[in-house]
Amino acid sequence: MTSGLRGRATIAGIGATEFSRNAGRSELQLAAEAIRAALADAGLTPADVSGLVTYTLDLSNELELARVVGIPELRYFARAPYGGAATCAVLLQACMAVATGVADVVVFYRAINQSAGLRYGRPQPVVDHHTMLRNVAGGGSRWWSWYLPFGLATPAQWSALQFQRYMHVYGVTNEDFGRYSVVARANAATNPAAAFYRQPITLDDHQQSKWIVEPVLRLLDCCQESDGGIAVVVTTPERARDLRQPPVHVLAAAQGALERTDMVSNYYQDDITAWTEMQLVGGQLWQQSGLAPDDIDVALLYDHFSPIVLLHLEALGFCKPGDASGFIASGAIARDGALPVNPHGGLLGEGYLHGINHITEAVRQLRGTAANQIGGARTAIVTAGMSGAVLSS
Amino acid sequence: VITGPDDSFFWDGVARGELLLQHCNDCDALRHPPGPMCPRCGSLEWGTRAASGRGVLHSWVIPRHRTPPGFDAPYIVALIELEEGARLVSNLIGVDVDATAIRNDMAVEVCFVDGQEGQRLHAFRPVAS
Repeated sequence: MTSGLRGRATIAGIGATEFSRNAGRSELQLAAEAIRAALADAGLTPADVSGLVTYTLDLSNELELARVVGIPELRYFARAPYGGAATCAVLLQACMAVATGVADVVVFYRAINQSAGLRYGRPQPVVDHHTMLRNVAGGGSRWWSWYLPFGLATPAQWSALQFQRYMHVYGVTNEDFGRYSVVARANAATNPAAAFYRQPITLDDHQQSKWIVEPVLRLLDCCQESDGGIAVVVTTPERARDLRQPPVHVLAAAQGALERTDMVSNYYQDDITAWTEMQLVGGQLWQQSGLAPDDIDVALLYDHFSPIVLLHLEALGFCKPGDASGFIASGAIARDGALPVNPHGGLLGEGYLHGINHITEAVRQLRGTAANQIGGARTAIVTAGMSGAVLSS
Repeated sequence: VITGPDDSFFWDGVARGELLLQHCNDCDALRHPPGPMCPRCGSLEWGTRAASGRGVLHSWVIPRHRTPPGFDAPYIVALIELEEGARLVSNLIGVDVDATAIRNDMAVEVCFVDGQEGQRLHAFRPVAS
């Protein structure tokens, strides 16, 4: 059975600024630079763009970008909610727009300058949380009031309260999470574009790093706040045929949320040791793409905090529940392993732009142009908290 | 805390030293966090009843970095599973803030404490065995 996006959308261009701790220029400029770079990569100009898509929490306005970049006519603009969970949702929206003919060329983008503005890792006053939540979640939820009065006030703290149950049920330790961090940093160490280029770590370094949230997250389990911009050009397979780059095909893209899902503080599912939203996403990805876990050559798994990699491996069927720590310890996710994970260094090692650099790395791997190229990579899976995609060369 | 018509009953209850849970007046299903409609039967009619205050420690953490203002001393954040079935984030008190001494699924009971800016909050402590 065919369904979804397979054969109906391609990624034709990618563009990025540098990752840094202080970009020294506005988010609007970072977004504009990334969009121009992605269009140049594809062999297109701003006049070819008919759609712009971004995350609800992006602070660059589509209309301003059309003016700044010089896009004469915008026919489609939309946003996807819930922070990094939007990463493959913006891809999905762009693909749906080109697959339906609503737009011919859609660019999705994300640009952050955290050094100048809001820093996601710090506790915010309640009033600012409300404002931020409206941006992130797209409406008047007040759920942070259930957590802030008890000193649960940052993404690391919210996430860790879910992951601790996973550790308890499966006997997983912080050292198990550290084995992922070591792989990510080894990969970043040989990726010149990574924030942690030439800075590998050992498991001992990991275990010596300070607790952020005991007993779940140490410093080296957490992504660092990054500045930068990334943009990706999506168009139809027909249009992509004549463009500069070999097309990367979107075999599947999907979102997933359940009745009791919460963003970051997902405490209300019956079993909080499973990433049930990724189970829902994964089922759609395998069905749409016609592929199975064994068919995937490289995986770009969301890793704002290291434990999520274990839960995504299990939710997608790469391992059985509780087996991901053994899978990682066996070497399976290294670049020469059965399932290379995050060969660019991941969000932990390359940089944290809410996950969009997982998509650009997947594209590089499938073009054969990655810094840490996985030989013969023809299929890639990309995940975020509540979305995912399968791509192929 | 930001409250509204769907959940102010909860915080009003806490201020009086009561832990109130929302239930559907038509099908009796319990729900937490609260909301204006029953997800089981669609009813807009709801009421509240006092929870027993007993539950177990489902998961827990000790934030060590970037703790919010007023949280200078070490503290434990707890995800409590109440015996009625609802889950609730709170603090675990009455135990050493020592990761080696905290046990998942330990029996706890509610108490009420003063939080930031004098706001009454629920907390949980081990049940004396």
